[in-house]
Amino acid sequence: MEHTLSLEEVRHVARLARLVFKPEEEEMFRQQLSRILDHVQRLNELDTSRVQPTFHVVPLKNVMRRDETRPCLPRDEVLANAPDAQGGFFRVPKITEG
Amino acid sequence: MILELWQLTVHELSQLLLRKEVSATELLESVWGRIEEVEDQVKSYITLDPEGARAAAAESQRLLESGRPRSALEGIPCGLKDVLSTKGLRTTCGSKILSNYVPPYDATAVQALKEAGTVILGKTNMDEFAMGSSCENSGFFPTHNPWDLTRVPGGSSGGSASAVAAGEAMFTLGSDTGGSVRQPASLCGVVGMKPTYGAVSRYGLIAFASSLDQIGPLTRDVTDCAMVLDFIVKHDPMDSTSVEIKRGSYLEALRPADEAVKGLKIGVPKEYMGKGLEPGVEAQVKKALELLQELGAEVEECSLPHSSYALDAYYVIAPAEASSNLARYDGVRYGYRSKQYDDLIDMYRKTRAEGFGPEVKRRIMLGTYALSAGYYDAYYLKAQKVRTLIREDFDKVFAKFDVIAGPTSPTVAFKLGEKVDDPLAMYLSDIFTIPVNLAGLPGISVPCGFSEGLPVGLQFIGKAFDESTLLRVAYATEQACSLGNMAVLCARALAKGTKEGARG
Repeated sequence: MEHTLSLEEVRHVARLARLVFKPEEEEMFRQQLSRILDHVQRLNELDTSRVQPTFHVVPLKNVMRRDETRPCLPRDEVLANAPDAQGGFFRVPKITEG
Repeated sequence: MILELWQLTVHELSQLLLRKEVSATELLESVWGRIEEVEDQVKSYITLDPEGARAAAAESQRLLESGRPRSALEGIPCGLKDVLSTKGLRTTCGSKILSNYVPPYDATAVQALKEAGTVILGKTNMDEFAMGSSCENSGFFPTHNPWDLTRVPGGSSGGSASAVAAGEAMFTLGSDTGGSVRQPASLCGVVGMKPTYGAVSRYGLIAFASSLDQIGPLTRDVTDCAMVLDFIVKHDPMDSTSVEIKRGSYLEALRPADEAVKGLKIGVPKEYMGKGLEPGVEAQVKKALELLQELGAEVEECSLPHSSYALDAYYVIAPAEASSNLARYDGVRYGYRSKQYDDLIDMYRKTRAEGFGPEVKRRIMLGTYALSAGYYDAYYLKAQKVRTLIREDFDKVFAKFDVIAGPTSPTVAFKLGEKVDDPLAMYLSDIFTIPVNLAGLPGISVPCGFSEGLPVGLQFIGKAFDESTLLRVAYATEQACSLGNMAVLCARALAKGTKEGARG
């Protein structure tokens, strides 16, 4: 099955992924992603109608601990990595109207 | 021939240090001298930490002199892949988006090495976010293969492999999501192991694909691999996928070659020995398997019928997990933020567009697409079902065999630039290593010979948590192939390459 992405699909996925491309990049990703998606279509050669998926290879169980206060990372050290911080908070562009 | 200290192995140096025949500071200066000599050509490190290393070596020396070494690794200089969080030492993950990130905590594996008394030299180069097979996707610069400077070291742990091969570290840690420890180990002629999923804590390992990622050592020989593994394999409450296992010492599990492999049943998947395999690589792998047979191993063909689908399943599952894991790089809490933007969403998009390289964007796009409405069942769920078939292939073979053997990589180290413009060709470099991650099994690459003057790696795959058997058979391979001191051979090749480079 030929699986060719449209430029509109590339732009849609880029929006979902919080990415943005220049026009020439959109075309490059359209071609490369189409080729990779074509390749993985091979998976459809296999009948998996009665196969359970493997999301994890080790049996996962909830790991519980006591609900006790424990020391956390020093706030100043954590904020030191932020591109913008003020008064003990991360600073971001305005996110509410008005 | 008198060897330089940087040409020795961890276990040899450990003896010399404990017997006080060599000091930790002397050893560090030897390795540091080697770094200064070759780093300009090889480029193994993104960040070097001379002050930190000198302070750590001085502390090691003090403890060794007072007869209170913390462990057999006291004073051993090592490098860490830049995907591992190191408290107070810049950790970039090979990406511009984290070029100024200084972690406020240590990864559990890093903490284990610090507590053991190792001396951390710096952070090694890698493909950005561990996505790549050549180290050319590094956001900073490519690393060169010390055996031939015109070739890649493999990836994504390329700097970790080249540093060990070139004598710029006694051992390193890497991470392996689809072959990122084993493939560069193969291409650089060192030993590289991916332990069973869950064996080494992933706490502090910057996440790529969480159901596949594992930390593993790159070393000069198998004994060193066992030694390092003894320190990093342990249960950690900070990683909920960390598994509590009962085990003895891996080092003490090593046996003389004939004892280790007598009667051992080795399966060689026919799917690993066919199409796409370089004849030179095939010849070396076959020769090594014959040597194991002479030592008493029972080597027989086996089949992993779904092997050829592993790559396709991987290139859905790994990008899907990556697209989710990398959502955190949004220019808010750490890392790069775009300078010009209109609003919050625009800030996210420009930050990520400017901060990530092309391969990372490709995988985020692929993963986002595979998980998006209407495609989840067709891609992601389908791939996870095929993953079950791949696991079942291994289960069937392990009902009959003790280990599986085959080439680590279908080729020797390829030329820089050869595959950068063709993502699919690059992906094929991991065709024999990827199934192991999908099944969560342990795998090791051990040098078994040379083709075109470049190292060839033999891969062994084991049952879950049976690292001891893998180490034993790899140790036997190392003895049987007796390639000589790889550090000396590599140094000779590098000196020749440097001279030719200067002339050219």
